[in-house]
Amino acid sequence: MSAPSIPLPSPSQTVGPYLSIGMAWLNCPDLVDTGRPDAITVTGRVLDADGLPVPDAVLELWQADQSGRFPTAGADPDTSPPGWSGWGRCPTDADGGYHFTTVVPGPVDDRQAPHADLSVFMRGLLQRLVTRIYFPPRAGVAGADRWLPPSDDPVVAGVPAERTGTLVARPSADGYRFDVHLGGDAETVFFAW
Amino acid sequence: MTLTHGPQLQPDPPYRAPAYRSSERRAPSAPLVPLPLGPTERAGPLFGHQTITPADADLTRQHPGEPLGERINVSGRLLDDRGRGIAGQLIEIWQANAAGRYTHPVDQHRAPLDPNFTGAGRCLTGPDGSYRFVTIKPGAYPWRNHPNAWRPAHIHFSVFGRMFTERLVTQMYFPGDPLIEHDAIATSITDPAALARLVASFDWETTEEEWALGYRFDVVVGGHLATPVEGPA
Ligand SMILES: [Fe+3]
Repeated sequence: MSAPSIPLPSPSQTVGPYLSIGMAWLNCPDLVDTGRPDAITVTGRVLDADGLPVPDAVLELWQADQSGRFPTAGADPDTSPPGWSGWGRCPTDADGGYHFTTVVPGPVDDRQAPHADLSVFMRGLLQRLVTRIYFPPRAGVAGADRWLPPSDDPVVAGVPAERTGTLVARPSADGYRFDVHLGGDAETVFFAW
Repeated sequence: MTLTHGPQLQPDPPYRAPAYRSSERRAPSAPLVPLPLGPTERAGPLFGHQTITPADADLTRQHPGEPLGERINVSGRLLDDRGRGIAGQLIEIWQANAAGRYTHPVDQHRAPLDPNFTGAGRCLTGPDGSYRFVTIKPGAYPWRNHPNAWRPAHIHFSVFGRMFTERLVTQMYFPGDPLIEHDAIATSITDPAALARLVASFDWETTEEEWALGYRFDVVVGGHLATPVEGPA
């Protein structure tokens, strides 16, 4: 038996109902110190096709820091937030709710509006769902000057116009609100590559 | 935009797999939208701020006593889709105990909990992408998907590659398990060759005399979430 030189990908499987056993140790919904002056909250709910809350999901947020930087071995500790990993994990609660504390990500290139990538895992999902959270201007939050009309963003440009609104977070008292709709009239746009 | 994987190479199960009942209300209905990969998708998280010790990879030594069951070594490599080892990345695993019961309040299977087994482990891959866990062979367990439904023995794997696109959660199965072909989750993978890649192989090299059986399981990341689109071949 000879192994192929180029291995084929391992298929995805669901996290199942008992994901917290293996994943809760690394729950870290706060990507930055909650006391930072530019800290914002990103809260929302995960809802299924009937609009019912999903209480057993886990979300992973993946984003640049306020300067548009991602963590690398050579990251500048003076410009990235302390402990910045570019990543957060939050399980949903009984109401399907989640809560991250982070900063509005900076520009990652000249054409993309401020955004974070979001992975969604749960029982019933045979592979993760991936969406994007866009952060529109909000009074008192740094980063508003970097907002682009979504139509100028190359990722949003590929989304059917009537669905782009599902990717844009709504300003809230202390940050933003972003619900994930797995189905229904307001189904969130999910991506593939 | 053309996506790179044709249907014949698509390894992942569909979101909506009718035989797996809970996929019905949680699968998206609209087609996925192609995501042109940019800096966000090419970035990966750093886990250096977390303390991961070698003891976290031995699930048989997390309690004062030894867990019941068949002790096993599970080792392999985390590889990218060009066969290169991915170094220094996080692997998380979780599993049922030898009786097929999870240490979880939702699991009400009438099988005993093992006070000496939690069923969770993690490690960072070595310079060549290698990893190794010591654990016990998990038992099969019933679930309510359909009458007399049983999950084959499996270990849940959550892995991080070097970038967002390489994030993968999957399950490792055991060779020769007669339940695999009857399992709605395993058989949601429509390509039998792809499903075969989730079945570990028995391994004499990591089998230790009078101590533990060895299984090998490589995880290959990359090339996920691609959906076939019509277009010039
Ligand atoms: Fe399981």
